[in-house]
Amino acid sequence: MDLIKGYAYILGDDISTDDIVPSHTLTMRDSNEMVKHTLEFIDPYFSKNVDRGNIIFAGENFGTGSSREEAVHVFKLLGVKAVVARSFARIYFRNLINNGIPAISLNWDLNQVAKEDVIEISLLKGLIINKSQNSTFNFEKIPEFLMDILENGGVINQLKKILK
Amino acid sequence: MSHTIAEKILKEHSSLKEISPGQFVDCDIDMIMVHEQLGGRIHLEYNKLGIDYIWDPDKVFFILDHWVPPPTISSAQMHQDARKFAEKYKITHNYGHQLDKGICHQVLPEMGFARPGMLIVGSDSHTTTYGAFNCLSTGIGATDVSVVFATGKLWFKVPESIKINLRGHFEKGVMAKDFILSLIGDISTKGALYKSLEFHGDGAKNLSIDSRMTITNMVVEAGAKFGIFLPDDRLKEWLAKRTSKQYRNVVPDEKAEYEQELSYELSEITPTVAKPSNPGNIAKVEEIEGIEIDQAFLGSCTNGRIEDLRIAAKILEGNKIHPKVRMIVTPASKEIYLQALKEGLLEIFLRANAIVTNSTCGACIGGHLGVLGPDEVCISSTNRNFKGRMGDPTSEIYLASPATVAASAINGSIKDPRGLI
Repeated sequence: MDLIKGYAYILGDDISTDDIVPSHTLTMRDSNEMVKHTLEFIDPYFSKNVDRGNIIFAGENFGTGSSREEAVHVFKLLGVKAVVARSFARIYFRNLINNGIPAISLNWDLNQVAKEDVIEISLLKGLIINKSQNSTFNFEKIPEFLMDILENGGVINQLKKILK
Repeated sequence: MSHTIAEKILKEHSSLKEISPGQFVDCDIDMIMVHEQLGGRIHLEYNKLGIDYIWDPDKVFFILDHWVPPPTISSAQMHQDARKFAEKYKITHNYGHQLDKGICHQVLPEMGFARPGMLIVGSDSHTTTYGAFNCLSTGIGATDVSVVFATGKLWFKVPESIKINLRGHFEKGVMAKDFILSLIGDISTKGALYKSLEFHGDGAKNLSIDSRMTITNMVVEAGAKFGIFLPDDRLKEWLAKRTSKQYRNVVPDEKAEYEQELSYELSEITPTVAKPSNPGNIAKVEEIEGIEIDQAFLGSCTNGRIEDLRIAAKILEGNKIHPKVRMIVTPASKEIYLQALKEGLLEIFLRANAIVTNSTCGACIGGHLGVLGPDEVCISSTNRNFKGRMGDPTSEIYLASPATVAASAINGSIKDPRGLI
């Protein structure tokens, strides 16, 4: 897993797992039903338009709140390719990596990235290119042992290999 | 090298001779708590591994508490899936059928499973609560639970620690909830991200175990990985009633290094709320008095304990809840429910026209037994006030202490409880 290409989607500070997966959907047994509610209180069209916004750029403390991993699982099902945030809540950070979605910490601001900007990310180089605005950003590379989880497509796949 | 409590416990659970903040360490887990999530994503993820065992079924604690008893068919099915898993893997501490027991973070310590020096994880972000018992505990997601189930181990980044010195006593009508909300307001919801909060000082010793649990419960609302109290006689007494198991107290080294130090004079804390829709949106109760409420909720893993019910009952005794307000009281466990019954607290609640429910997380997560409708306002002793948390996305939640909840329930609008006690 190195090059990631997609379109930017912008979110603010303190986006909680309650925002991503509202409690009332948590007992839904059909994940395809649950994904329709992703971020519904913030943007009811998020899941419909995700192909034009599949790299999340968020503010501080992204994924705060409940440990509910559904809040990462719905992103995975919708094809979200990476999450870039100024900071992550710790459980959410782990859940992203464990599901094979890169979690990138970066001090970015609204002058640098806009909705639907064309984005390319190189995890190995620690580089984000905003093609729409002809700008680049360097980020601190993801530690090797977490990269290994990402390369395996998540911790469950990695564990499966180890247990064999 | 000198160490904080978090560094000491992580080191003791790793194979390393020396550790320092920022380092990644693999640790052996002493106990893992799972609830409804077992029937949610955990069993789905674990089944992918294709193994027929759990590393140590004696170290797993399973209880159902969020949707208890199930208010919908789908939540009942979730329970069935969770129970099936617990039986298949022969989980030793399996309370999947005992829906009467209460909320995980109350029941696990009541049963003596949280002891000094332990390293505990759980499928719930408020697992930090057990830090009141001088152990390290924190929440993890479903895939991390699967890793622990399979291997008994989990990686941690050794956190930096923040030392919080507490001095003195609260004034009458002021509670631990007011302090933890003030702290979150001071350092912000990201102020303790990835960090361990250590509570020191005579003020910490003066706090009841119930109060300490309120504080460690909500450290996660400041982003913390751990919140931990030092051991003392009060803890020793509490544990003596709950367990005969051996444990080893953990105190920090005198020269332990802290990322920062904060000090609080508890007598200077005043009734505090978190306004909608973030636990870091802090205000003093006296600044926002008069905001009308539709519901007053007393309960949850944050504030459904006996001291919480006692203070609310003291305020409500001989009074009636405002005719336009519904008050819901949800004791955090059956043990607390029975104690409240014995002390006559439940009668006080009922005579004041409150509704008393069984123990569950129901209202706090907008699941049942206290769901809010459009534009409704709730004053709540719970821990999160995110948009839609307790029901409709247009409803609003003010997080407050049990005393403020009770005072507001009588008043019909948010009210400072000082002077009523």
